[in-house]
Amino acid sequence: MKSSRFDATVLTLGFAFLYIPIIILVIYSFNASRLVTVWGGFSFQWYRTMWSNQGLMDAAWITARVGVLSATIGTVLGTLAALSLVRFSRFPGRMLFSGMIYAPLVMPEVITGLSLLLLFVAVGIDRGFWTVVIAHTTFTMCYVAIVVQSRLMTFDRSLEEAALDLGCPPVKTFFRITLPLIMPAVIAGWMLAFTLSLDDLVIASFTTGPGATTLPIKIYSQVRLGVTPEINAICTILIGLVTLGVIAASISTKRAELRRIRDEHVALRGVT
Amino acid sequence: MASVSETHAANKPGPARWLVVLVPYFWLLLFFAGPFLIILKISLSDTAIAMPPYVPVFQGAIGDFISRLDFENYLFLTEDPLYIRSYLSSLRIALISTLLLLLIGYPMALAMARAPSSLRPTLVMLVILPFWTSFLIRVYAWIGILKPDGLLTLLFQTIGLMGPNEQVQIFRTDIAVFIGIVYSYLPFMVLPLYSALEKMDNTLLEAASDLGCPPLKAFWKITFPLSLPGVVAGSLICFIPITGEFVIPDLLGGADTLMIGKTLWTEFFGNRDWPLASAVAVILLILLVVPIAIFQNQQKKVA
Repeated sequence: MKSSRFDATVLTLGFAFLYIPIIILVIYSFNASRLVTVWGGFSFQWYRTMWSNQGLMDAAWITARVGVLSATIGTVLGTLAALSLVRFSRFPGRMLFSGMIYAPLVMPEVITGLSLLLLFVAVGIDRGFWTVVIAHTTFTMCYVAIVVQSRLMTFDRSLEEAALDLGCPPVKTFFRITLPLIMPAVIAGWMLAFTLSLDDLVIASFTTGPGATTLPIKIYSQVRLGVTPEINAICTILIGLVTLGVIAASISTKRAELRRIRDEHVALRGVT
Repeated sequence: MASVSETHAANKPGPARWLVVLVPYFWLLLFFAGPFLIILKISLSDTAIAMPPYVPVFQGAIGDFISRLDFENYLFLTEDPLYIRSYLSSLRIALISTLLLLLIGYPMALAMARAPSSLRPTLVMLVILPFWTSFLIRVYAWIGILKPDGLLTLLFQTIGLMGPNEQVQIFRTDIAVFIGIVYSYLPFMVLPLYSALEKMDNTLLEAASDLGCPPLKAFWKITFPLSLPGVVAGSLICFIPITGEFVIPDLLGGADTLMIGKTLWTEFFGNRDWPLASAVAVILLILLVVPIAIFQNQQKKVA
């Protein structure tokens, strides 16, 4: 078939374009030579220099803390926002609310960053760790809201209604029925929020202060000075961590899905 | 009946349920919508050599406030051709990049949608995975490839396309910026296109071919019109942030690559002119209001 050969070519070229630069970056992190065009043999030396670079390690630790905190707060707020959008079809200012959920997804980062910075200065908050956490929470919660919202829309509400009919209070129903059912989306939302926070350079640059240099800011300042294998090493570790996380998450959701299907089968057999 | 009253109550927030709405609502009002008013305010104030480097507008009575408002930052933006050229150049780069993304992304999305259904989740995963790795890292990866003594030069010299003394002169030009943008935004274009194409009813194409319609014509008459929502969504998701892009033009572009995100960054961090940077941001926002509004409307329709 002609069209299937065309499709295969397109996909091969497309994925080559997406992956070759990343693969090259990873390979050159093991290059003993400092030059990009010269292969000086396999070596772990850049990982060693990276490990002993205290500034880089401090930045990594700050970034991880900002990521966990902002992703966690962002996931709570984003899940609440998704519930509001899906479950409450009308309340005053709903238009504005959904607008504020969608706009940050496409808003240029320079605008978000500048506006938050001016807010912090206007109310007299010292910039630093917490201002970055607030900034990251604000834009990541919108991504979480979108992810959780799509799960809530395909959600079978009969279980929830059964619990409420049997006299389970709404808050308890949420924690015992709703939350476990939307959990895969909540976890996916958290991971997305965490990687977005890990990744952000522009918003963090505007909202950070002394003593709160995040990893992207550090990497950016080194990249401006030129390509060094040490940056390749830290990038490779980040790519490795993210890949592991994504694979682990997809395996665990697939397992959960299989378990759910099996449980349903058992339940059905029990009924008949 | 209890169940009926409960379901009714669920559609309208009761007193306890207000918290669910109010907490994220106030967070976004405070940290997303509120700051825009502050940007507006500061764009109307004077520069000062102080910390913060601007003269506050909101002091004293209302009359005093109005007399202090001044539009000199905006006037300055119209007087210095640098700013107008930055805006126009950003819009031009964003438009060309979006078209390139469509040209590359559409065949990919179509091929994914036509692939066997057992293969599709893997293909989607392969498109999403690069998106999870850092934006900065992916742009950085291109520096090593594109710079004059980089890998592309090495490749061309090895296969004989270039002499040993020739070098690829792409790095720090607009071409490098286009490559970086297309590379970084490709997943954002492919995924909405794929989800539109995947939903398509294949019997329509079969009917067309049964009736003797050639495949290419069937594509333009059936496939493409049905995928238009995906085309619009993908284009907006790419076009809007590309217009304000900073990292890619800064790392891959040259001194003559004008993009408004970069201009704003320089104004803010380099010249420390906060009021002018705010005015630049306000105008950028005004330029993007219409695309953002279309994007929101479309997302609501999908949702």
